[in-house]
Amino acid sequence: MVKKRRRFSLFDILNTVFMVALAFVFLYPFWQTLVISFSTPEYASSLGVKLFPPSVTLDSYKSVFKTGSIWVGYANTLLRTVTGTVLTVLVTYCAGYAISRKNLPFKRAITFFITVTMFFSGGLIPTFLTIKSYGLVGSRLALILPMMTSAWNIIITRNYIAGLPDELEEAALVDGAHPLKIVFQVMFPLSMPIVAVLALWTAVGHWNAWFDAMIYCSGESKIVLQLVLRRLLIDSQAETSILQSTVAATTPESIKDATIIVAILPIVCVYPFLQKHFTKGVTLGAVKG
Amino acid sequence: MRLMEKKRAGKSRLPALLWKNRYYYLLLLPALLFFVLFCYVPMAGVVLAFKDFSYAKGIFGSDWAGLKHFERLFSSNSFYEILRNTIVISLYRLVFSFPMPVIFALLLNEIRAMKFKRCVQTISYLPHFISWVVMGGIIAELLSPSRGVVNYLLGLFGRDPIYFLAEPAYFRGVLVVTDIWKSVGWGSIIYLSAIAGVDMEQYESAAIDGATRWDMAVRITLPSILPTIVTMFILQIGSILSAGFDQIFNLYNPTVYKVADIIDTYVYRVGINEMKYDYTTAVGLFKNVVGFGLVIITNFIVRHIGEGEHGIW
Repeated sequence: MVKKRRRFSLFDILNTVFMVALAFVFLYPFWQTLVISFSTPEYASSLGVKLFPPSVTLDSYKSVFKTGSIWVGYANTLLRTVTGTVLTVLVTYCAGYAISRKNLPFKRAITFFITVTMFFSGGLIPTFLTIKSYGLVGSRLALILPMMTSAWNIIITRNYIAGLPDELEEAALVDGAHPLKIVFQVMFPLSMPIVAVLALWTAVGHWNAWFDAMIYCSGESKIVLQLVLRRLLIDSQAETSILQSTVAATTPESIKDATIIVAILPIVCVYPFLQKHFTKGVTLGAVKG
Repeated sequence: MRLMEKKRAGKSRLPALLWKNRYYYLLLLPALLFFVLFCYVPMAGVVLAFKDFSYAKGIFGSDWAGLKHFERLFSSNSFYEILRNTIVISLYRLVFSFPMPVIFALLLNEIRAMKFKRCVQTISYLPHFISWVVMGGIIAELLSPSRGVVNYLLGLFGRDPIYFLAEPAYFRGVLVVTDIWKSVGWGSIIYLSAIAGVDMEQYESAAIDGATRWDMAVRITLPSILPTIVTMFILQIGSILSAGFDQIFNLYNPTVYKVADIIDTYVYRVGINEMKYDYTTAVGLFKNVVGFGLVIITNFIVRHIGEGEHGIW
């Protein structure tokens, strides 16, 4: 009834203008990065709002693709993202499925054992020393195993599976299907929505992770993309006063920005189409308990 | 047959029950192993805070040192500096960043053109998907005194360029603004979904009573999402001693340590880089204990002041 009255008040106009301005603020930094990556070093180092490049050149991209470390970083990031995501989905789904069983003995104790880790952690140094004592430092496993699953992920998976109807599962049991067959062939396809949430969140997490790589696995051959970027973009600023000729201080802005674009392109292109799955994770987690 | 078996198993004793569920335990095994190896062992490793670390003896074999590290901690000036920085930056976030997703969600809710609304939402999520490493690079470029667009705009108003990232007076402001930029869109999801759950009839009857949109937003929408806001607030309070490691670590430099060095960055530099493992474990333990205590206290206060049911447990 109210909706029908399509009268636009001053507030509507201001609100819309404000939203457009906000959208511009969200986008501009990335747009500028894109513009600079296609422009000459002279334009890149000029002052002003950079909405469109006066001339387009691919020079920066050519030199980015000539740099070996970008390819190595890309390959390593892809490797950790794919293997890490598959592992996380498998382990989390299996655990979430198991504790969603109503009659599982010690279910409460196990759930408690898992949720405790949401509130307490060893902190950076004990975790670092533990992983070091396992001999994982310098290994790619140090990037994958510590991120294998989490209490939070298992709980939202459990909640989702517990909300699925029992009939299919019971029917399969009556047919004499093996329990593991039911887990993977009957229930897994039904759990696709939560699996998508887990997979996407984990994949983005792996793609953007840099701290673990920095402290556990930063060797040249195993370097991940974010670490390549950090060396190129950040390391210089902190140490310009001490070390003048770091990579970052001597690399032109246009090349830095081309590297940024190459690194964020996969995510930027994919997330708008998958955002329903990404956001579902937020609301799933918001359910109490 | 199967059903009969099921019934019998229900009555039988524990070993049989466990055996019956063996496949489920098998499914749980990798996750439980993970929690033991990567969560509980490090948790136990916290004892290092009371020890003198020696490489040869490892965490659990090192000699006890009593409260030595805590005494050093509480008597050092640098500890109070990082504690103050951490708390001040977190309070800034609480005051300035925390309300933003709520306001953004309320304003978005008033947009009637659905396609436009969805478009703005999608755009607002973009920074969430970008790592702080990349954000750090982009922000440094935007704020650069020689090329940055921000200083260009200031120049239009006749202001001299400001080196935001190296100026202690501005650095915390940069942290707050960039934090809002990165998280306001994503943070609004939870509030938008809470708003979507509000009963439409309430609005309809309010409209009949002649309520304006402002009335409805303040009297209906806001109270309806209050439980969500309170939950988020408690969680935020609990993380008051983690003032955003990723962000600060990718933006700060020695010239702003005085205002930007927080517990986590300090633990990283002194712990990992200078290898003072035992002392920094004590710092980390202090942080975790206070953080957990804060969640419990806030939850307690909220449950007793509010109408009762707002706490997170």
